[in-house]
Amino acid sequence: MNCARVLPMQAKRMLLIATLLVGLGACGGKSTLSSGGSGGGSNVTGSAANVATAVVNAGPSGDVNTLFTTVTVCAPGSKSNCQTIDNIEIDTGSSGLRILASALTANLPIQTDSNGNSLAECTQFVSSYSWGPVALADVTIASETASSLPVQVIGAANFASVPAACAATGSEEDTIQAFGANGILGVATEAQDCGAACASSSTFGFYYACSSATNCVQTILGTASQLQNPVTYFATDNNGVIIELPSVSGTGAESLTGALVFGIDTESNNASSGTATLLPVQVGTGYFTVSLSGTFYDQSFLDTGSNGYYFTDSSLTECADAGAAGFYCPTSTTSFTAIVCGYEDSGNCTGAPQESISFSIGDADTLFSENAAYTVFPTLGGSFPTGETVDLGLPFFFGRNVYEAFENKSTSKGSGPYYAF
Amino acid sequence: MLSTRAELNCGFAAALALAAAAALLRVTPAEAALGAPYASIASDQTTFSASIKATPHGGYTVHELTLPSGTVVREYSAVNGTVFAVAWNGPAKPNLSQLLGNYFADFITTAKTTPGGRNHLSLSRSDLVIQAGGHMRAFFGRAFLVGAIPAGVSSDELR
Repeated sequence: MNCARVLPMQAKRMLLIATLLVGLGACGGKSTLSSGGSGGGSNVTGSAANVATAVVNAGPSGDVNTLFTTVTVCAPGSKSNCQTIDNIEIDTGSSGLRILASALTANLPIQTDSNGNSLAECTQFVSSYSWGPVALADVTIASETASSLPVQVIGAANFASVPAACAATGSEEDTIQAFGANGILGVATEAQDCGAACASSSTFGFYYACSSATNCVQTILGTASQLQNPVTYFATDNNGVIIELPSVSGTGAESLTGALVFGIDTESNNASSGTATLLPVQVGTGYFTVSLSGTFYDQSFLDTGSNGYYFTDSSLTECADAGAAGFYCPTSTTSFTAIVCGYEDSGNCTGAPQESISFSIGDADTLFSENAAYTVFPTLGGSFPTGETVDLGLPFFFGRNVYEAFENKSTSKGSGPYYAF
Repeated sequence: MLSTRAELNCGFAAALALAAAAALLRVTPAEAALGAPYASIASDQTTFSASIKATPHGGYTVHELTLPSGTVVREYSAVNGTVFAVAWNGPAKPNLSQLLGNYFADFITTAKTTPGGRNHLSLSRSDLVIQAGGHMRAFFGRAFLVGAIPAGVSSDELR
C-alpha cells in the first residue's frame, strides 16, 4: 500500500543477505557459537540415533531467529526415490511435515479419497496460508523413521489452483522465498494438525478434495489421513522432543547450533529427571498462563516458530522504522521477570505448578542495523494483539533444554501434553 | 496413484488460468464487514453459516458470530451503524477477505512485509490497526478503524 514503508525494509534485508554472503565467504560458513557452560540450563546432547542437529541461521531468505534441521524423504518403501533436504524449519506451533515443491525432487504419491479425488490442504498460519496436495513419504530425521507419513507438498506444480476460500485466509506462502524455508517440521503437542474436528466437519477449511484443476471442495478427513506430527510415527522415542540450544550472550550471534532430541525418558540421553517443573498445557491449544507485571495472560504458549517474545507492554516503544515493524524498540534494553504456570481452568495460576523466568527486550531497529551479519537475537520482542497472550518464541529456548511431551503420551515425569525446562 | 511431479490430468494445466481468473473475481465480496454498514453483518452470518448474538454496550453493540468450526468472530457496530472493529479467536481462521473487506489488502501487504511474519502480524497506522497471532489450532486477531471508534471506548475492549 505504501512504498515508502516497504522499501527501507527490503533494502535492509538485501543488505543483510549481502553481508551474510560476504561473511560466509570469509569464514567458510563456520561461525557457530558454543554453549559457554554455566547457568543457562542448556547442555546440548551429542550425536546419537535420536538426535538431529538444530541450527539457527539465515535460511534461504535471510530470516532471523528461525530454527532449522534436515530431513530425508523417500517414497514409501523406496530406498532409491529419496532426497535429503536441509533448511526445514522446526516449529512447535504446528503439527506435520510440509515441504516446498520447489525443494523436492523425490517423487511422492499424492493421496486420494474414496472417489479418486486428490487430497489437498490449505494450511493456515497466523498471517498466511500454504496450498498443496497431501502425499505419503517415509521420513527419516537423525536415525528415526516415520513410515508412510502423510505430508504436504506446498506449491506443487500442475496441481489444482488455490481455492478462493483458501486465498481468503491470508497471504500466499507457496514459494521458498515467501516461506523462508524449504519446509516446516511441525512437532506440536497435538498429534494431528486438525484432529477429530476435521474428521466430522468440513468447515475448518483445512482439507480439500480436488476432482479437477478448478474444482476443490472442502472435505472431512479421518485423523489417520491428516498431517501428523512425524515424531509420533517413529517406532521408538515417539512421546516427545527436547529442544536444546546454547545460551547467547550480548546482542546476538551469526548462528547457533543445538539439538532436536527425540523421546523423553526413552534413552540414556533424554531423561527428564534433571528438569525442574512439569507445566501442563491445554489440550488442543497448547495454552498455559504467564503472570507478567501483575497480569495473568491465560492464552500464552511456547513457539519455536515465533521469532521473538511477543506480548503487550505499554512501557515499551514500538519501532518506527519499517524494517523493524511489529518489534519493540525501547530506548534502553528492558528486563522482565515472569511466572510461567501450568494450564488450569481459572487461568490465574492458583494451585498450578510454576516456574520463574526472566528475559530482556532490546531495540530491534538498532539490533538489526548494527549487527547485519547476525541471525540470532536473544532480546528480540514485539507487541501482541490482545491482552491475553505472552508468546514465548525462539529466544526463550536459547540457553535451555525444553522438554515437550505430546498429548496422550506418558513419560517418567507425567503424561503430556506438557512442557518442562 | 498420482504423482507430485507428473501431471495430475490433461485438463489441469489448461484450466489453471481460468481458475486464477475466477479466484480474482471472487476475492472481494460484494459486502464486507469492517467499515461497512451494520447490515453487512447479516451477510457475514450467511457466509460463515454462523449463529449470532448481539450484546449492547455503552456506545456500541457487539455482534458475536459463532462459526461451525468453533471460531468466534466479534463485530463491533457504532450507534451510527458503522462496523468499526472486528476480532476473531478459535481453531481456524475465518474468511478474512469477507471480514476485513477493503482492508484485507492491508492485511496481505503487512503479512508480506513483516520480517518472519508467518506467526505474527501487526499493522499500526493512524487510521487502521490490524493485529494477529497464535498458532495452528489457536488463531486470534483483530482490526479496527481508529477514527471510527466511539468516544470513550478503549481499543482494549475490542478483542
